[in-house]
Amino acid sequence: MDQTTPSADRQPGAQGAALLAVRGITKRFGAFTANENVTLGLSSGEIHALLGENGAGKSTLVKMLYGLLAPTEGDILWNDSPIKLANPNAARALGIGMVFQHFSLFDNLTVAENIALVMPKSERLEDVPAKIDQISRAYGMGLEPNRPVWSLSAGERQRIEIARALLQDPKVLILDEPTSVLTPQEAEKLFETLDRLKAEGRALLYISHHLEEVKRLCERATILRRGKVVGTCDPQVETARSMAALMVGAQIAEVRASGQHELGKDRLVVANLNAPSPTLHGVAMKNVSLTVKGGEVFGIAGVAGNGQSELFANLSGESLVDDANAIRIDGAPVGAWTISDRRKLNAGFVPEERNGHAAAPDFSLSDNIVLTGHGSDGLTRAGFINGAKALEKSQKVIAAFDVRTGSPDPLARTLSGGNLQKFVVGREILREPALLIINQPTWGVDALAAATIRQALLDLCARGAALLIISQDLDELFEISDRIAVIHTGTLSEALPARSATREQIGLLMAGMGEGDSHAH
Amino acid sequence: MRIDLEARAQRSTLREILAPVGAMIVAILIGGIVVSLMGISPLAAFNVYFVEPLSQSYSLQAIAVKATPLVLIAVGLTFCYRANLWNIGAEGQFIAGGALGGWLGLLTNGGAMQETLGGWWILPAMLIMGVVGGMLYGLIPALLRVKLNVSEILTSLMLVYVAQLGLDWLVRGPWKDPAGHNLPVSVNFDPEATLPILFDGGSLHLGVLLAPIVVVIAWIVFSRTLFGFQVRLVGSSPKAARFGGFNDSRIAIAAFAISGGLAGLAGVIEVSGKIGQLIPSISPGYGFSAIIVAFLGRLNPIGALIAGLVLALTFIGGEDAQIALHLPGDTTLAFQGVLLICVLAADVLARYRLSFRMGGAA
Repeated sequence: MDQTTPSADRQPGAQGAALLAVRGITKRFGAFTANENVTLGLSSGEIHALLGENGAGKSTLVKMLYGLLAPTEGDILWNDSPIKLANPNAARALGIGMVFQHFSLFDNLTVAENIALVMPKSERLEDVPAKIDQISRAYGMGLEPNRPVWSLSAGERQRIEIARALLQDPKVLILDEPTSVLTPQEAEKLFETLDRLKAEGRALLYISHHLEEVKRLCERATILRRGKVVGTCDPQVETARSMAALMVGAQIAEVRASGQHELGKDRLVVANLNAPSPTLHGVAMKNVSLTVKGGEVFGIAGVAGNGQSELFANLSGESLVDDANAIRIDGAPVGAWTISDRRKLNAGFVPEERNGHAAAPDFSLSDNIVLTGHGSDGLTRAGFINGAKALEKSQKVIAAFDVRTGSPDPLARTLSGGNLQKFVVGREILREPALLIINQPTWGVDALAAATIRQALLDLCARGAALLIISQDLDELFEISDRIAVIHTGTLSEALPARSATREQIGLLMAGMGEGDSHAH
Repeated sequence: MRIDLEARAQRSTLREILAPVGAMIVAILIGGIVVSLMGISPLAAFNVYFVEPLSQSYSLQAIAVKATPLVLIAVGLTFCYRANLWNIGAEGQFIAGGALGGWLGLLTNGGAMQETLGGWWILPAMLIMGVVGGMLYGLIPALLRVKLNVSEILTSLMLVYVAQLGLDWLVRGPWKDPAGHNLPVSVNFDPEATLPILFDGGSLHLGVLLAPIVVVIAWIVFSRTLFGFQVRLVGSSPKAARFGGFNDSRIAIAAFAISGGLAGLAGVIEVSGKIGQLIPSISPGYGFSAIIVAFLGRLNPIGALIAGLVLALTFIGGEDAQIALHLPGDTTLAFQGVLLICVLAADVLARYRLSFRMGGAA
């Protein structure tokens, strides 16, 4: 494989072997250019990586390849002849399959029913299970056609999506961030399937920002930044660091390690927390116990949907628990206290979803300061809001965390994901909480913003605060935690010291293969 | 071809203010077409509907009197709709307030209960009872929704018919004027139970002054207080509201209480200021027209004041048109419906743009 310099565009036509290619493609949404003059070719029998940060334009590009968007300029080529993809049906008919990042499955239907939904009308439902069995055996997927989807793990759900795409026998398969919800072991299993598909001569476009995976799988990578191709390279030759520099366009400062520090008193003590599932397919908390001391970062790892948001809701007070003593903040039994009362104990909370949960999208940033500060920060008097003070506080957050805004006090919805995340994290950090509980602190945030947020969290911890961080990003947890526990189907594992724990240990716990039902005390 | 709605990147205040004005113009054009299909000159109809009522003192006063209940109810509805609660039973709450407040007017009839204290307390007490009546009636759908998760749309609407039939029965039964030749009407209230007329020979009564006061208070509550913040937040982003520590059940009950209370106030003002007795039907559908007023006013109390005056104009113009052009009274209601649809459509277009796409069908 050739390795070109970062600035050189690769000409798929010159390559001759490109099955599917885009040439000089540009996509504009109004004044915003999502893709600019992108050229890229996919050959049979290769796994081609499409690298880029969130917002680099990867999704826009693949949506055009799958007929979901039409390019503003440029051509899509199939065996070197230009084609128009009016809709996904046209793409599928040609032999292009796609596995989306977010599953589009119906929880209450079985595997076979979910797959039958997208099959041509000529197919009969009775024939589907046999076909699934055949595909599942051929690629070692272990799918049971008659299981209802809600009973399956994220890895199994993803294999349904892949099987669904494979039933159409595609020549090109596009996978959008396929490992974001998998344990390391599940990811390895996926890679084996992908290797097999490659050996059959299919062309795979693999979208990711996990550089180690790309090094494991791909011989060729195209890197996008701000909608433009900034380079193509051979991941086998490059280092993860050099590819990251291309993706981000700058060197990322390494987060300062937490180092040696004195631990303070117990700030958060959870003892045998049991809580029923709040929703039909939610997760119940089973005997969860943990202790976080001042000056300590306690990380909770886990595959999405194993009770992270339910645990967060119990700890924040958005869901109350019957046993008041199950949760203690600074010694006070708060299990039945509201979130406002817990905030008055100088606790801060940042939920996972920033738009619509951590912040109200149609409210200004200063109003969003009032959202969490109204009860404890002197922002109200006799029922009236002190708008000037709220504005002053929001300006402080904006300045301290380099939140990029278009106007002094914009609506929260107008901020980009990374900027809004910096705002909602900064809002809580500037309150100087003694305890901060945060769910997915850098989810979907670009690398620079993520580094800013992690550094701020570590600085807060160094000032003596206790931090509980729930994250699906294992690298992040290893980087900033002192101890890591794993949540699996509502049960929390023993906490392991981050320095001595291995990814394999954590991975096994994430898959529910720990030592029985043991938990920390 | 496929038509999609795409969210506009920027929200513009100017566009959102102009949307109801544009909707008004489109509705008038549609009304003009309908009227001309009925064989009447649209220009003459426009003149009767919108120009003449604004050029005479008596009709200007009539517009203010008509707008009073519309504005009061719409301001209350604004609290519900902002909190994403669909109270469409303001008509029932209006009747409940009018009936309970009017009941005091019947009890004090002929100087009764006035021997020791005199009559000064009757009007304030009637207004309070009107508020309480509407509030209690509004709390029924609120509690059903909060406690049992019953749709407030259905319950509040169905309770309208209960209130209408209940008042009808009272006026034909226990509250009937014994000396009224068996007509289904109550006795006339004493002057002590009647809202005084502001100017001799006019129709403006004291109740008209309450509407702008309520508007200003509601505007302050919405824009300056934590309670108004909560109401807006619960409706716009319920999950964030819970995260903020606000109790959505309490907000739902408060919003319905305010909405019902203001509808009840409007009801007793109508009974005491305009009708002067209880009759089987005390409202020509104010509770429903006020829904249009609330939306036309952009769910903003000051907007409701303006929109209430506009809608009152169509009522008065409609009455004139019945006389001058022999247009059926239902044309007015139909026009108000067209106006509401245009406002809702304009709202969508202010936030989204239409995009036409070729060949998207599958």
